[in-house]
Amino acid sequence: MLRLVYYELIKTFLKKRTYIGFALVAIVVPLVEVVMKIEGGRFLQYTLRSLQQDFMLVGNLFNGWFVAQSMMNSLWVHIPLLIIFVAGDQLAGEATAGTYRLILVRPVSRTRIFLAKFITTIIYTVVFVFFLGILSTGLALLLLGRGDLIILTRGILILPEADVAWRFLAGYLLAAWAMVSIASIAFFFSTFVENAIGPIISTMGVNMIFVLMTVLPLDFFKTLRPYLFTHYLNVWLRVFEDPVPWQDIATGCLALGGYVAGFIIAAWLIFRRKDILT
Amino acid sequence: MTGDLILQTKNLGKQYKRRWAVHHLDLEVHRGDVFGFLGPNGAGKSTTIRMLLSLIRPTEGEVFLFNYSLAREREKALRSIGGIVEKPDFYLYLSAFRNLEIVGSLNGGAEKKRIEEVLELVGLSARARDKVKTYSHGMKQRLGIAQSLLSDPEFVILDEPTSGLDPQGMKEIRDLIRHLASDRQKTVMLSSHLLNEVEMVATRMAVINRGELVTQGDVGALLEKGEKVVTFRGQPAEKLLSILSSRIGAEKVTLKGDDLLVSMPFEDIPAITRILVAEGIDIQAIIPRRSLEEYFLSITESDSK
Repeated sequence: MLRLVYYELIKTFLKKRTYIGFALVAIVVPLVEVVMKIEGGRFLQYTLRSLQQDFMLVGNLFNGWFVAQSMMNSLWVHIPLLIIFVAGDQLAGEATAGTYRLILVRPVSRTRIFLAKFITTIIYTVVFVFFLGILSTGLALLLLGRGDLIILTRGILILPEADVAWRFLAGYLLAAWAMVSIASIAFFFSTFVENAIGPIISTMGVNMIFVLMTVLPLDFFKTLRPYLFTHYLNVWLRVFEDPVPWQDIATGCLALGGYVAGFIIAAWLIFRRKDILT
Repeated sequence: MTGDLILQTKNLGKQYKRRWAVHHLDLEVHRGDVFGFLGPNGAGKSTTIRMLLSLIRPTEGEVFLFNYSLAREREKALRSIGGIVEKPDFYLYLSAFRNLEIVGSLNGGAEKKRIEEVLELVGLSARARDKVKTYSHGMKQRLGIAQSLLSDPEFVILDEPTSGLDPQGMKEIRDLIRHLASDRQKTVMLSSHLLNEVEMVATRMAVINRGELVTQGDVGALLEKGEKVVTFRGQPAEKLLSILSSRIGAEKVTLKGDDLLVSMPFEDIPAITRILVAEGIDIQAIIPRRSLEEYFLSITESDSK
């Protein structure tokens, strides 16, 4: 199995499209953070405008931690797009290239090939999320310095600097898990088609619709939310609450795990019986 | 009979919606055969090969490879098999060497030496480290054969291995197939839509048309059995018809367009040619054909119309 995973990693990481996501992050993250430095905290002042009439905020709140935490919002839509760009190609890419005919005629079960591909997808997803985390956090701290972290969701929360670093680490670990759940949807769609565009569009469509249903304050959607994976996708944000709601995070992770298992089992059932016609 | 049974299909069939692409197919390939699998385009050859290599699931029937049921013991059945299905496709952004490493990993791992050996065998050693996207069609075809031989299989299935090649490339592949069979003791199954190609390399063959088996057996026996037909073309046509009808028998002469098809032994051709020349016939063509060849041409022609 290790050998299969090794060669799947080679196939994935020697492909140019794998690096499109890395390249975009490597361009966009520094660009945004440099612009934020140039703007000099106007973004934070604008956000806090109404509050500054009632509170006196002291210290360097527009710092690297704040910017790095803001960058994590890209995990809702932008980063998933870049992840499914590769995840959706794992199976569909073989169909497009005609290489199913090369690999599925061997004396190795389709289940093992399928697992090797999914493990590769998980590894890619984790590497990519941590690339984002290390680049955005490291660069933000370098450009904007350190200080206490101000959190602006549901009011104001200020976390002392000593209590911040581990939250980023935990946040990115949880984000990686959340992204694996999105990758598993792309992987599922990837079993049906002969072109990676289909899984990419389908997964993005599902993700965007579900995110909207999760964030729009409509009663009808509220009843549906517990069944949507996007309802649990924010586990990475929850570590920036105080106290950290570990019970909710665990429930969210389990729910996402359920979605991963569901999509992967469904994909496997399709893949093992799929007729290879390309 | 040329030894043990390596491949056997029993009542094999594949249905797409209402159409049977392959139906009631019983094939037998024995150890040591170079087995030609012949049929016009769309006859069901590739569908059959896809079923033999477990790329598609049969709607009916069963495949046995080395006496293992492909449906129940897939990994054992495929252990000693290499194959190409239709055009050989590879990871174009990787080198030939890397592609073979990947293929080898699915057969339990391939040593560097073995990869170099098969690349040498197909004449690709010098380009082993080049990306496959820089390869010509013929080179990809040879790389396809290299990957099929990587695990040193006993049985090699090649689907239209000369497709798209120039005459020189076709000859090289034919020579390679002969080499595999005679020097390396491989059992080879090759599909083709060209009778002469099969005739040149195969020892046994099966003919398939519209998904159903037409005949199978030893190539020599199949080509020799039944009537032999000679096509005559010449001027004046009426006189030619009259001479052939009187000398050979009117019931043995059939008019087909400008040609006269005559059922007769090939050894009588020189004598009848002398008569025609003596009678002042301008002979344009005399083409001897075996009945299987005639039959195969007829199904190929009707397929292309």
